[in-house]
Amino acid sequence: MIAWIIWLPFVGAVLCYLEPRIARLVGLAVAVLTLISIGQLSAEVMRNGAYSYPMGGWLAPLGITLWADGLAVWMLLLNAVVGLGVSLFASGYFKAPAAKHFWPLWLLLWGGLNGLYLSADLFNLFVTLEVVGLTAVALVTLSRERIALTAAMRYLLAAIFGSLAYLLGVALIYAQHSTLSLLLLADLNTTPGTLLALALMTFGLLLKTAIFPFHFWLPLAHASAPAPVSALLSALVVKASYYLLLRLWLFTYGDGLAAAAQVLALLGAAALLYGSLQAFRQRRLKLLVAYSTVAQLGYLCLALPLMFIGTSAAAYHGALYHALAHALSKAALFLAAGLVLQAYGHDRLSGLRGMATHLPITTFTVALAAVSLAGLPPSGGFIAKWWLVTAAIDSGQWVWALIMLAGGLFSALYLFRVLVIALLEPRSGAALHPVPRGLELIALALALLAILIGLRTPELLALLAPGLPLGGPP
Amino acid sequence: MNWDFWLPLLVLLSSLATGLLIFTLQGRLRNLLNLTGAAVTLVLVAIGGVGALRGAEHETRLPLLPGHDLLLRIEPIGLMFVALAAVLWFLTTLYAIGYLEGSPNRSRFFGFFSICITATMGIALSGNLLTFVIFFELLTLATYPLVVHPGTREAMRAGAIYLTYTLIGGAALLLGVIWLYTLAGPVEFTRGGTLAPLADSHQGALIAIFFLLIGAPAVKAALVPLHGWLPLAMVAPVPVSALLHAVAVVKAGAFGIMRVVFDVYGVELSAAWGLSGVLLLWAAATILYGSLQALKQDDLKRRLAYSTVSQLSYIALGVALLGPLGIIGGLVHLVHHGITKITLFFAAGNLAETMGIYRVSKVDGVGRRLPWSMTAFTVAAMGMIGLPPTAGFISKWYLALGGLEQGLPWIVGLLVLSGLLNAAYFLPVVYRAWFMPPKPEFPAATGQDAPWRMLVPTLATGLLSLLLGLFAFSPYSPLVLAQEIAAGISP
Repeated sequence: MIAWIIWLPFVGAVLCYLEPRIARLVGLAVAVLTLISIGQLSAEVMRNGAYSYPMGGWLAPLGITLWADGLAVWMLLLNAVVGLGVSLFASGYFKAPAAKHFWPLWLLLWGGLNGLYLSADLFNLFVTLEVVGLTAVALVTLSRERIALTAAMRYLLAAIFGSLAYLLGVALIYAQHSTLSLLLLADLNTTPGTLLALALMTFGLLLKTAIFPFHFWLPLAHASAPAPVSALLSALVVKASYYLLLRLWLFTYGDGLAAAAQVLALLGAAALLYGSLQAFRQRRLKLLVAYSTVAQLGYLCLALPLMFIGTSAAAYHGALYHALAHALSKAALFLAAGLVLQAYGHDRLSGLRGMATHLPITTFTVALAAVSLAGLPPSGGFIAKWWLVTAAIDSGQWVWALIMLAGGLFSALYLFRVLVIALLEPRSGAALHPVPRGLELIALALALLAILIGLRTPELLALLAPGLPLGGPP
Repeated sequence: MNWDFWLPLLVLLSSLATGLLIFTLQGRLRNLLNLTGAAVTLVLVAIGGVGALRGAEHETRLPLLPGHDLLLRIEPIGLMFVALAAVLWFLTTLYAIGYLEGSPNRSRFFGFFSICITATMGIALSGNLLTFVIFFELLTLATYPLVVHPGTREAMRAGAIYLTYTLIGGAALLLGVIWLYTLAGPVEFTRGGTLAPLADSHQGALIAIFFLLIGAPAVKAALVPLHGWLPLAMVAPVPVSALLHAVAVVKAGAFGIMRVVFDVYGVELSAAWGLSGVLLLWAAATILYGSLQALKQDDLKRRLAYSTVSQLSYIALGVALLGPLGIIGGLVHLVHHGITKITLFFAAGNLAETMGIYRVSKVDGVGRRLPWSMTAFTVAAMGMIGLPPTAGFISKWYLALGGLEQGLPWIVGLLVLSGLLNAAYFLPVVYRAWFMPPKPEFPAATGQDAPWRMLVPTLATGLLSLLLGLFAFSPYSPLVLAQEIAAGISP
């Protein structure tokens, strides 16, 4: 059954490619079925603990082993929930020519992501990472505008360069240890060779995650893609490489990286400040949202050093809660931006006066997403910030605590800028295209989820428990 | 899971559900639902209140984070605030339906209005700091759309300044709470405080945390120099200024200060490190500053806003005095000021809506046109000055006694001076309205006084502000309740 989670989207992608007329139907069916199978998997992992599944019965190091623990389940669920939401949205949003390409590519991407989260060896991780990267680049080009092609080209170069650096690191590991299985490599000792490998892999992953100063490709790519694609890229794709970073640093290398992690935190802090500043300066909604992603990814990086110093799992929980809350709220925000684009024909902030009157549901969606992104209660973002700041203060890392709190204020600053314009009295005579109510409600549902996960923390945390890294390696 | 568990939650849900439903409704149905929701809340609060006074323990505890609960409790100290908010919500809703008749975006307005009440109730009922933080920030967020409701540039600027003050305050509060939690674990509000064991080992940290915790409430309670947002926020519609910026928001701040001093640090710790002394001077300075500023305002609502700045610090003053009589004065002023100030705002709204009068210099002779509204205004103005037999007199009397009790006779001088200043900025309004000849540019008479939906709440709160003074010692009165609470805090 675990293998189905990977196969379903891939089979769906092929079907969509062969028979574009039923692509929408296939896409939605795959989305629902994938969510169901991931739900089953998570129930199983919660019942029996983390487990590995040798594909075709071949054991490591010969065969491919799938590995599902709390962290993997968490990411899979995040993917599936946002993926279902975006799929529903896309089925009403895309018109004929773009839809033909969207469904096969998106399902391929989804299959790649699921494969990535279930892989337990460095080479499979590389392959899935490539699938994710290449399909993501292809999706950016769907809007067929010249600027999107430029953005996609830049994205492609960054993705390939990142993959190469990662692959080099993998090769170094293999040369020294003759295995690539994460399970066998657990608790690597920090010899110069393995450290160099880690540095290379980390560099590649930072580039793919668009952590400052390697963010250069993200804003344009995320802003010029069609709205559902932007949602997928910002909510899901960047999280995949971050997940791998987390696995490597936490599960495979473990202790001994505390000092090096401070460097990552420094990058994270810079991302938070720089991304916020840029977001504040943007004049277009989608670019603003894209720079907000640059800033929000800073939190994820800042969380890493907090996991090494101190004894509690607060930072780990905080980072993953942040990933979840950000995925939901950012997807909602990009979908809302897509609707704005549809209604107004542009997304210039200065032209969105009176949006609260024209598109009340979408404005409310933006507001809810803003609440979570700014880490204001009650929301998933607040819970994440609570944990992260707790971990920072608990371990005496005051600077990071203050920066994270300030980051919340910055997010509020640039997101409320949008709301201020939206709440201004409408100018009369604006001709708007109608927006389907159903699409508005899908975006709203995602934003509501970002709020609601802040109220059901204990239940959600139970998902993460199997194979908690701080209780020892898996 | 039983009635005691559900009641505090139901108090919140009754207004929250009302708010969420209102977003989707229009017209008469919306008004009906709104008033029903307010009435249900009122009934639930009454049941909870009577229960709490008879010793029942209404407590909702829901796990929010591992080791941290969302904790709601109906306790006497919160009960005063909850009851005030519930009664005034009902009256203000009636008023607002009349006031906003025919204006756009009303569903949005009333929806957020109800959510503000939910947040206020949550603050009043919260049993630990985490719960307090959540509702405190929710109140900030839910108030924002109401401040900017007119949708003008001026309103947007006021909203931006409001958010700047409150969100920065909120971040400081969050830092303080998390810092305290890392030192002391989850801190529940407990009479006398729970921090005594840490007093020797972490004195510096605890003093810093005290000011972080006080900071955000001080912004909402508009202590100088954190008051800048309040006069600007008067750009909002009158019902917002009346309920939120005279009662819910500012009192949430004052209430927060009470909770920190009484139930987190405790009277002894607050006194030992001179923390209460700082608060006392801060409050005294704000009382004088607010009154002096109010004198200068010609805009009626802004004059009322500065009066709020001044009067809110009476509460902080009472808290900081730490003696039983001072605490009684502070606690009871929370209710008395709320009832009195909302009357003034209602009356000012009636002037604005029926006569188009926004400035003090224009009220000449308006008493003949709006006799009932101006009568209510006059009674409430006497309450603000602190003349007997109004409710305002009772609070000031106890505050003065509280000052003497602590050996601080200058407090009496301060209160007298402030009373004179209050008279100096309220009596001219009253004098002009009743004794000056009417201006010729008044619009033609459309009927006697304001529409009934606006007049009834004005008269009700005006009468109440008088009755609370006349019958201050009857059972279940705010004063008697305050005496009981104060006895528990500082015997």
